[in-house]
Amino acid sequence: MSKVLRKIRAKSNRIFIYLVLIAASLICVIPFLWMVSTSFKSMREIFMVPPTLIPKRPILDNYPKGWGYSDFSTYTKNTVLLAATATVGTVFSSAFVGYGFARFKSRLSGLLTVVLLGTIMLPPQVTIVPQYMLFHKFGMIDTYWPIIIPAWLGGGAFNIFLFIQFFRTIPKELDEAAEIDGASSLQIFTRIMLPTVKPVILAVTVMSLVYHWNDFFTPLIYLSTTSKYTIAVGLQFFQSAYGNIQIGQMMAVSLVTLLPVLITFFTFQRYFIQGIKMSGLKS
Amino acid sequence: MLTLYPILHSFYLMFTSSTLTDPGQFVGLSNLHYALKEDTRFLVVFKNTLYYVAMFVPSSLVLSFVIALMLSQRVKFLGLFRTVFYLPYVTAGVAVTILWGWIFNADYGLLNYTLSLFGIQGPDWLGDPNWAMISIVILSLWTIGNNIIIMLAGIQDIPETLYESAQIDGASKFRCIFTITIPLATPTIFFNLVLTTIGAFQLFTQPYVLTSGGPLNATRTVVMHLFTNAFQYGRMGYAAMIAWCLFVVIMVITLIILGSSKKWVFYGD
Repeated sequence: MSKVLRKIRAKSNRIFIYLVLIAASLICVIPFLWMVSTSFKSMREIFMVPPTLIPKRPILDNYPKGWGYSDFSTYTKNTVLLAATATVGTVFSSAFVGYGFARFKSRLSGLLTVVLLGTIMLPPQVTIVPQYMLFHKFGMIDTYWPIIIPAWLGGGAFNIFLFIQFFRTIPKELDEAAEIDGASSLQIFTRIMLPTVKPVILAVTVMSLVYHWNDFFTPLIYLSTTSKYTIAVGLQFFQSAYGNIQIGQMMAVSLVTLLPVLITFFTFQRYFIQGIKMSGLKS
Repeated sequence: MLTLYPILHSFYLMFTSSTLTDPGQFVGLSNLHYALKEDTRFLVVFKNTLYYVAMFVPSSLVLSFVIALMLSQRVKFLGLFRTVFYLPYVTAGVAVTILWGWIFNADYGLLNYTLSLFGIQGPDWLGDPNWAMISIVILSLWTIGNNIIIMLAGIQDIPETLYESAQIDGASKFRCIFTITIPLATPTIFFNLVLTTIGAFQLFTQPYVLTSGGPLNATRTVVMHLFTNAFQYGRMGYAAMIAWCLFVVIMVITLIILGSSKKWVFYGD
């Protein structure tokens, strides 16, 4: 009897788990569906009560109108260029620095690791003011340099950690063998290390691309000429100008700007998940 | 080393009346004095930010742990669930924040419509000072996919044999959660706690886009205040002081968490 009861309880537990997970999934997905739906609605239908999930009279107008309101094609071009340049820099420099931390031991390396750890704890806002003044001194305000240069100089403590973690798992014998064969440190790095850490490189690449695509704070403070805006800044500009009036157009444009992120995510999902898991391991 | 110079410079700046073009003078602690005595927003922004952290951090930890725990029960379609939960995190940014502004709309928004189906009259989410910050917490809770995946990885690392031997000893599944899963997942929980707390203190984009700090400064955060002072008023010295105050608050709270961790974080044997 108790066995049957236990089975029933186990089964109802599972049903409960699935119900909660499905409910949570719906909460994650429905806002996106709502976005798609609103983007195809006319102004009249948008302000209808009760709202419709599938537009009664779908229209396409919101897309060309919203996109044309501001120079979103230019913003897209800017963002693609910026995200690509910054990502290449991030991958190279964080791999390089990570390799240094993982392989070269000196008296300072313990201290340096602590400094590196500290920069993760340190809110970037603490350094943003002097950094801004520095770039101002170099006449680089309203250019992309303040966004690109930091990416090429280290590329963020978090990414460096990912590389350190992974480089440490590669047996030292591999380097030593190459050294005996007469390879320099740089050659070991580019010929042996980089190819073996391909999964990390891909993880850092996709995460950095998405990060720079979504980043709002940095371009917001450094860019002032409208034609230099990135997608994120352009969107916010559009939203503050239109407020709550042209909702259909806003949803249409927002959705289009999300597409590259969604495509990248669905194509390289594996690497995103891997990247996060690795980041969790360091604790 | 590249971070060290800005840190030192920032430390010096906080004692000056520096602006963008004028190096200003050394003014000692008068920035702090101004913050506490004359800048009526200074304490408000810290209060708001702490309020946000206090609401968001615990709820996000509990929520992500519970979902991760459920995902770890050998559910079917694990990959699909994981993708769906991660989706809001990947897309988090201005576009998604604009979307939520529309969802929170008091009269035509999806949220209040859904509530009305249950006979609940929803508030004016972003227009009511009492609800505006809660709205931002809700939006933030929507994007915790990252935490869920880290938690899941932590839970999955727990050796299966532990559960098996516990079950032989007659422990129920429910008991195993409290005696095995939670204690052994504490390092992961701790890791998430620290990172989520530090991240939460830096809240900026969501209130900036949704409410611009309103209504009645209810959602104005420390970073927004820093942004306004530095990049709109050009008061670099004062902004550096705000940044250091934020850093001290984060540091103190992180140290409290670190100190307490010896009591509750379980690091193997």
